[in-house]
Amino acid sequence: MSNRRMPAGGRIARHVSALPPSGIRKFFDLVTATPDVVSLGVGEPDFLTPWTIREQAIYEIERGRTTYTSNHGLIELRRALSGWLEKRYDAAYNPADEILITVGASEAIDLALRALLNPGEEVIVIQPCYVSYAPTVVLAGGKPVIFPTHQKDGFRIDFGALLPLITRRTRAIIINYPNNPTGATFNRNDLEQLAAFACRQDLVILSDEIYAELTYDARHISLASLPGMKERTILISGFSKAHAMTGWRIGYACAPPDIITAMVKIHQYTIMCAPTLSQYAALEAINECDDDIVSMREQYDMRRQFIVREFNAIGLKTLMPEGAFYAFVSIQNTGMSSEELCAGLLHDEKVAVVPGTAFGACGEGFIRASYASSYENLELAMERMGRYVARIKHDAHKGAPCRHNHPHGMRMP
Amino acid sequence: MKHKILHLLRDNARLSAAQIARRIGAPKSEVAAVIKELERSRTIVAYKAIINPELVDEQTVEAVIEVKVRPKRGTGFDDIARRIYNFPEVHSLYLISGGMDFLVFLEAKSMKDIAHFVTEKLATLEDVQSTGTHFALKKYKKDGVVLHEAESASRLAVTP
Repeated sequence: MSNRRMPAGGRIARHVSALPPSGIRKFFDLVTATPDVVSLGVGEPDFLTPWTIREQAIYEIERGRTTYTSNHGLIELRRALSGWLEKRYDAAYNPADEILITVGASEAIDLALRALLNPGEEVIVIQPCYVSYAPTVVLAGGKPVIFPTHQKDGFRIDFGALLPLITRRTRAIIINYPNNPTGATFNRNDLEQLAAFACRQDLVILSDEIYAELTYDARHISLASLPGMKERTILISGFSKAHAMTGWRIGYACAPPDIITAMVKIHQYTIMCAPTLSQYAALEAINECDDDIVSMREQYDMRRQFIVREFNAIGLKTLMPEGAFYAFVSIQNTGMSSEELCAGLLHDEKVAVVPGTAFGACGEGFIRASYASSYENLELAMERMGRYVARIKHDAHKGAPCRHNHPHGMRMP
Repeated sequence: MKHKILHLLRDNARLSAAQIARRIGAPKSEVAAVIKELERSRTIVAYKAIINPELVDEQTVEAVIEVKVRPKRGTGFDDIARRIYNFPEVHSLYLISGGMDFLVFLEAKSMKDIAHFVTEKLATLEDVQSTGTHFALKKYKKDGVVLHEAESASRLAVTP
């Protein structure tokens, strides 16, 4: 054992040490320490993977499909995916050199950023957003530039406000629609404005469309289907959400050949190929599960309308989410911060929701509630939340400090 | 609204009109009226519990019987069907395509009772040509519900 002193900050790389732990992670520890919690904090479907997919995977194990595949992924899967994307989104990608199968959409985001960024180059991250975007930019040696969006604008991008953030080091914008956590999506007009902006500023767009199939009142429009956008879009998606396949870790990236080639270079040295079994499962998902998607979407849709009615009824203003399976609930009229309210709600009523600030500072004043949960759970959670909100409003009227309900130790770390 | 109500009741017949009203966002009185009408028109025929027979002390035996019949002129299969389904032992009856005509689902107290029913009641009907009896050994799934271990997703409590 060496007694050599560690450099200041320990032996972990400085840029990793400096990364803040995920806000979700902190809350997760708090929730798991509380028994009998009703959780609306879950970012994955409450359906199991459709049986036909699981059964096909069992069959593929029996057939001995246990070896590596091509670095790009199974050609059968890439061909099927190419057909699916063209049919459903009018986005045409060549299975030979424009599609890469990845370990979930998360790997695709990581690869895309590492392939694009020189040290210190900037990426615009539109918030509120999925927790991994900004840290992934940092880990790729880049600099995330946060652009907040707001409920009053329907969480859409104000391009006039975005323009001053663009520098000569700006390489890309990361967008996610339908959005986790807000449930907002982009219509054709939004996308056309974004496309024009990206062309003018010569930017690449990482378009995370993982919730595309969970779009409720309109049809999802893929950015890559807009004229001239395929050349500057990295379309990222996967099977986790619409096919209820989170644990299979299977996703993909579609982009022009030069970008895919660069991404494959990193992927082949770090991952080799996405898990073979999951690739076969994904193939089955594309070929056989369109009806399963429809039926799961119908169920999410009913619960979506239910939960939005309920939140508004207990006095928390909630816009109807257009996609994904989250309600982004304004708690501004409670006078509490997101973290205070989430910690208090967990302590007093054993309901877990995620503070909006986990998705960016502009998420302050909001909580994210997932409606990918049974009606029984949703009803129970709403009863408890209704009780909680009534109590804090009552206390506020009496002039009592609304935070006295939970001891200091239960505050968010 | 009718469609939504049926959808919910098919999954859980015990939901009250108030619960349904809350889930679909409609007035309770309206939901109750629609349910009443669905019952009156026999769109909703009955509400029953699905019971796992293995966990009940009372012994029952179930059998599926394939029946081939000679259809009657004029009334076809319906008259014969009525003669079969009116027996209380018959809990389901289907007219089917293929080599056989009816599938009769029987529930009785013992194998002897089923044998008695088939040989004395069913096979002796004048239009019945042949029967094939299959005793049920174990029930795995009933009306879309798996009777033993129900699967559920074991999700983490909070994920991004």
